Amino acid sequence: MLFTSYGFILFLCVVIGLYYIIPKRFQWQLLLISSFVFYYFSGWSNLIYILVTIVSTYFIGMKLGNLNKQQNLYLKENKETLSREEKKAYKERIKAKRWRWLLFCLFFNLGILAVIKYTNFAIANINNIFTLFKMNELSFVNLIQPMGISFYTFKTMGYIIDVYRVKYEPERNIGKLALFVSFFPQLIQGPISRFDDLSLSLFKEHDFNAKSFSFGFQRVLWGYFKKLVIADRIVVAVLEITRNPETYDGIFVLVGMVFYAIQLYADFTGGIDITIGIAQMLGIEVKENFNRPYFSKSIVEYWRRWHITMGTWFRDYIFYPLSVCKPMLNISKSSRKRFGEQIGKKVPVYLSTMTVWFTTGLWHGASWNFVVWGLLNGFVILVSQEFEPLYAKFHQRFNVRDTFGFRLFQVIRTFLLMSSLRILDCYRDVGISFRMFGSMFTKFNINEMLTGSLLKLGLDISDYIVLLIGVIVLISISLIQRSGSVREKISGKPAIIRYTVYVLLLFSIVIFGAYGIGFDSNQFIYNQF
Amino acid sequence: MRKKKIISFVILILVIVTLALLLQKLLMPKYMTKIVEGALIAEYYDEKNKNHDVIFIGDCEVYENLSPITLWEEYGITSYIRGSAQQLIWHSYYILEDTLKYEKPDVVVFSVLSMMYDTPQKEAYNRMSIDGLPLSLTKMKLAKASMLPEEDLITYIFPLLRFHSRWNELSEEDFKYWFKKDQIAHNGYLMRVDVKPASSFPKPRKLADYKFGDICYEYLDKIVKLCKDNDIELVLLKAPSLYPHWYEEWDSQIVDYAEKNGLLYINMLNHLDEIGLDFNTDTYDAGLHLNLSGAEKSSVFLGRILQTEFNLSDKRQDKYLKAVWKEKADAYYEMEADQYRELEEYGYLLKFNMKRSEENNQ
Repeated sequence: MLFTSYGFILFLCVVIGLYYIIPKRFQWQLLLISSFVFYYFSGWSNLIYILVTIVSTYFIGMKLGNLNKQQNLYLKENKETLSREEKKAYKERIKAKRWRWLLFCLFFNLGILAVIKYTNFAIANINNIFTLFKMNELSFVNLIQPMGISFYTFKTMGYIIDVYRVKYEPERNIGKLALFVSFFPQLIQGPISRFDDLSLSLFKEHDFNAKSFSFGFQRVLWGYFKKLVIADRIVVAVLEITRNPETYDGIFVLVGMVFYAIQLYADFTGGIDITIGIAQMLGIEVKENFNRPYFSKSIVEYWRRWHITMGTWFRDYIFYPLSVCKPMLNISKSSRKRFGEQIGKKVPVYLSTMTVWFTTGLWHGASWNFVVWGLLNGFVILVSQEFEPLYAKFHQRFNVRDTFGFRLFQVIRTFLLMSSLRILDCYRDVGISFRMFGSMFTKFNINEMLTGSLLKLGLDISDYIVLLIGVIVLISISLIQRSGSVREKISGKPAIIRYTVYVLLLFSIVIFGAYGIGFDSNQFIYNQF
Repeated sequence: MRKKKIISFVILILVIVTLALLLQKLLMPKYMTKIVEGALIAEYYDEKNKNHDVIFIGDCEVYENLSPITLWEEYGITSYIRGSAQQLIWHSYYILEDTLKYEKPDVVVFSVLSMMYDTPQKEAYNRMSIDGLPLSLTKMKLAKASMLPEEDLITYIFPLLRFHSRWNELSEEDFKYWFKKDQIAHNGYLMRVDVKPASSFPKPRKLADYKFGDICYEYLDKIVKLCKDNDIELVLLKAPSLYPHWYEEWDSQIVDYAEKNGLLYINMLNHLDEIGLDFNTDTYDAGLHLNLSGAEKSSVFLGRILQTEFNLSDKRQDKYLKAVWKEKADAYYEMEADQYRELEEYGYLLKFNMKRSEENNQ
């Protein structure tokens, strides 16, 4: 069930209606049932995967919690009788047990994800090797990727690691854990919530709050505006350019690159706006996933502001543990010996960074495009970090001040850099992506822009006008957001102004939205990850 | 404070509903020129005198080939044609069901050509057959039965969701007919006075299977039952159009069905001489559809059969009906005169040849 389908809107109306009608103590149960109904629409067989993940995470979480309790109880009861060494040995034994359970849970659930998502990718690569040796190729397997598997697997893995780290107690009610994993607004494209962030408001009893409901509804509308008016309109031109690299090179690659940046932003942030808005209508707080990323002045800042919950997930559950794990500490030691203190201490950081970005790329999709995209991101981040002192010297030498013009330059530079990397997301393989990127500098066909070529990309002049206005609105809202919530600002205005804004927003979606017959219904880009 | 908030919220909802209705009316196709067939279904609901002896249901075979005005003038029979472009059998069934909410005719005449289609054909035809119906359960059932996979039921409840993208193709016509439309047809009859003699048609190709689809029989059974339940005589009709080809095998299936169900079946193709049709002068598109003279001849022929077979009384002396139908006939003859005038002046009919008239204006 797509967020943009009529079926979903009807489903949502029924759920929200019931949510505030039934006794409050049943609210979370209703959300659980609704989430499973929502998931059922993606295919009943998909339910098996998510159920397996929920059940395995629940029982292993409980096991980890019980082991911890058992340890605490044993140590408390035998406080006087056990020596320090005995206590330490007991703790080590329990820790080892807990570690084994954790590893089992991680391997089991990430294994499901890996098999479903990466089997055919692996087969394709094995076949490439087989072809070199003229061996028979393996056949591909027909595995359908369950909706949102990357998102819910990451949520559960975050949960189980936190329980292992005794950050919080395991959830004793399997229904509540199931709701945390499957909460329908964020099931298909995140944000990747943490249990301790979401659970409190998710399981709480909620009274109807007109302000929260209204704010949530406005956010949902804003999400639909981004998705239907901008993303689903501009996608036509993006696909025309990127699916026909023989026809559209040079300046068209730049156009496609910028258009894709707009599409991806409107699509992904639009989807998250809908998610957070729905949650808010239900009185539930979901963490923000974006913080005006296109206003970032550097790539590091960009990744702090784009898909925040994914970035922090990789930081907390991969980067940090990897940086301090034993093998990495050994590498650090030996590299310091070999290359000296200055360079040696950076080796583990480089390795951890590149591992994180390799995994991030792979998480985004089972193709070399994403792997290369991830590694390039890591590379650019490391290079820019290394060059920082050089930049500082340069700025000092040429007296570059932190003026508006310079900040604007930094923002545009970061936008173009990130858009360039995303070319890998658009073309069908790495080779074409690099070739197309190169053609921007080797083929000078800017004159084609003056001969109406933009109108041959599947969009007419009225579409471009709508897009232009849509993007101006998008930028304006982002600018206003810098000084606080736009909805708060609107709510302080007289009723006539407030209502005019709401009505305009609603009808701009209804009239100018790219939906229905004549438009392909486009999945949210991040649904496939 | 609370009261004020509630009032302003109600006002907001009212404004939204009003705007949505206004925009919907503006953005929906008006069907006032070129594809005027789209306006036929809705026109019935503006009809003040919904009390007819005969109701015709079907596709262009009825709304282009039969004239209710002729039936009135020749036999005093009151009739209405509930037809639209490529009206499939399930369209006809539900449109009849809807019609019976307003009136109980003595006779229903169903055009059997649509038996050849057992699947929905085009979304555009669905819209023309369905959008004109007022919102009701019948309309929803009709939409459900007719929809192509890419269609959504909700767009038949709120057509704005279907036609919203017309904002960039709005024309003068959309604003001109925003609130009030012209009358296009004469009790459902779409008049054309121009002539295009019938030429040769491609040889009918052999079909792999001549049997009408099960779904068509299912709906035909439903039409029979609906008429029986309402004590209405049902007539099956094949109008005298030369194309699409009406196969012998199709004809014999209808003959058998009519016999089995005790229905009158009239295949007008078997009576071309008796009707007096001359396909050099009585068709406007080379035999696919009849023009005014052809439709009037057909109506004279059919009216005679209907009157004798079903004892339909001659109502021409009824004062009220006389006045009503005089008004209708005046409009009919006025349009006829206008069309002849246009033919003389331009050589073609403006309403049906918008492109040509636009080119000439440039």
